[in-house]
Amino acid sequence: MTTTTADTVAAGPARTRARSHPVADALTIAWRNLLNIRRNPQLLVFATIQPVIFVLMFRYVFGGAIRGVSGQYGSYINYLMPGVFVQTIVFGSLTTGVGLAEDLQKGLVDRFRSLPMARSAVLVGRTLADLVRNLFVVILMAIVGYLVDWRPQTNALAVAAGIGVVLLFAYTLSWMFAIIGLVTRDSETAQAASFPILAPLVFASSAFVPVTTMPGWLQAFANHQPVSVVVDAVRDLTAGGATQSDVLGALAWMVGIVAVCAPIAVAQYRRVV
Amino acid sequence: MPAPAILVEDLVKRYGAVEALRGVSLQVPTGSVLGLLGPNGAGKTTAVRILTTLLRPDGGRASVLGVDVTDDPELVRASIGLAGQNAAVDENLTGRENLRLVGRLTHLDPAVVAERSTDLLARFELADAADRLVRTYSGGMRRRLDLAAALVHEPEVLFLDEPTTGLDPRSRTELWAVIEELVGRGTTVLLTTQYLEEADRLADNIVVIDHGTVIAEGTASELKGRLGATVIEVDFAAHDEAARAGTRLESLGSVGVEGQHLRLSVADGAAAMLEVVRTLEAERLQPVAMALREPTLDDVFLTLTGHSAEDGDGEDGDPAPRRASRSRRRDRNGSRG
Repeated sequence: MTTTTADTVAAGPARTRARSHPVADALTIAWRNLLNIRRNPQLLVFATIQPVIFVLMFRYVFGGAIRGVSGQYGSYINYLMPGVFVQTIVFGSLTTGVGLAEDLQKGLVDRFRSLPMARSAVLVGRTLADLVRNLFVVILMAIVGYLVDWRPQTNALAVAAGIGVVLLFAYTLSWMFAIIGLVTRDSETAQAASFPILAPLVFASSAFVPVTTMPGWLQAFANHQPVSVVVDAVRDLTAGGATQSDVLGALAWMVGIVAVCAPIAVAQYRRVV
Repeated sequence: MPAPAILVEDLVKRYGAVEALRGVSLQVPTGSVLGLLGPNGAGKTTAVRILTTLLRPDGGRASVLGVDVTDDPELVRASIGLAGQNAAVDENLTGRENLRLVGRLTHLDPAVVAERSTDLLARFELADAADRLVRTYSGGMRRRLDLAAALVHEPEVLFLDEPTTGLDPRSRTELWAVIEELVGRGTTVLLTTQYLEEADRLADNIVVIDHGTVIAEGTASELKGRLGATVIEVDFAAHDEAARAGTRLESLGSVGVEGQHLRLSVADGAAAMLEVVRTLEAERLQPVAMALREPTLDDVFLTLTGHSAEDGDGEDGDPAPRRASRSRRRDRNGSRG
């Protein structure tokens, strides 16, 4: 970070070819996006109220009914919390696309693209800011979970790794929804287009109920889709279980999603007109 | 003669089957203001987007300060500023923060940015609102801030894409004063507008485009000079009357008919006026109103293209006042009954 600042000062009011500052530019955009979140606290509040209600409802409404199938985790809340973490960040990740679409609509992206700044910065900066927002939300969820008797069954390191997996997954999804924002170019369309993708991923998964309770044809999808794999990995890391294969599976999904979505998002950003 | 700051040669841009630009050429001498004038959809914004590296042309060449926009867009971006049609400022930042954002993204020394921001905010009469969120700003204030944001890195060439569209008359006059001051400092400006009055007031040279081609260019007075010295306007009670009068008066000069309104450009106003009166009388056409006046740029446009420059505005155009008066009449009838 220190070197970047030094570069900026040394460059001065450059009229000739400016040196590229991808890191500094991405941080500047992230700063701007975080200011936006801070100036609209109601968005963050409403975005967090929903998952809090989910925690409370699932814990107290379904908890009794589902108790039998989650015996190995000690209690349903221990089974549920990894699912809620992932559900929260999955639904939260659509704001990456919605925000980008809004910037396009308002002409801000035009301004950015006419400036001598790094082309990657708008996308990297936004996904970074969304990562910070997700960190905040996940910590809040953990506190709410603790208050309603969520008790990790593993050690602190594994729990931290679990939170890390959740945040990494959030970051990869940001790239996926960035594409939707850039393609739809309209915040309401982006939101509407994202939901049909999100809902089956979140609900036809192991997030809230064991996949074994679903019909056979759905199990095939539910067992292998990214949300289930990530939820299983987080569950292993917080409630105990055969960690290695689930975590590796989750990492493979994340690497795969970023490898496919990031280049598409960047290409789409370059060509939007 | 020094090289022009902006040089455009035979520029072509297609969107699918639609040709937005069909071989536009123009140049803007350093330190001058070019008004790119045309109705909505004429290709003005497309030309600006190509010159500001937001869009790649399908044919032809464009360069800014001698640098080709497709060969080296990075270098072009370092010397241009863009203030767009929609004020591209972040509503959730303060005015000062918006300028800081642009300053940081152009890699200026933070102290320089702070100093310039204060200076720009004061010049654009935003000093009092500098630390307020932009979402509390009026439309005129946003436009001024947008312009200020385009100036933080002191670009040599400034692109203003319809800078006053949608502003009320007072904000428009204020923004014009700001732009005039900039021009006084030697900045080269390419300004697009559909307001003829705006081009007349701000531009040294005017290029008129329509359907992606240049249909006229020159100074405001040259363009006005192409027309006869005088315009005769006649209003009729019905469309068909205006149309019929139009065909009868064609021999006198260039005629434009819009609804019940007829516009005739002639060299000798007084003589033509007499002839108009005689023709209308012979045709038993009864005008509602008649007037003789000096030509405006709108007349130029009408003569060149056969349609008004503000046609594209749709709802904002002429029909609105008529609709309003009709509904007023209805209201009166209603209250009587």
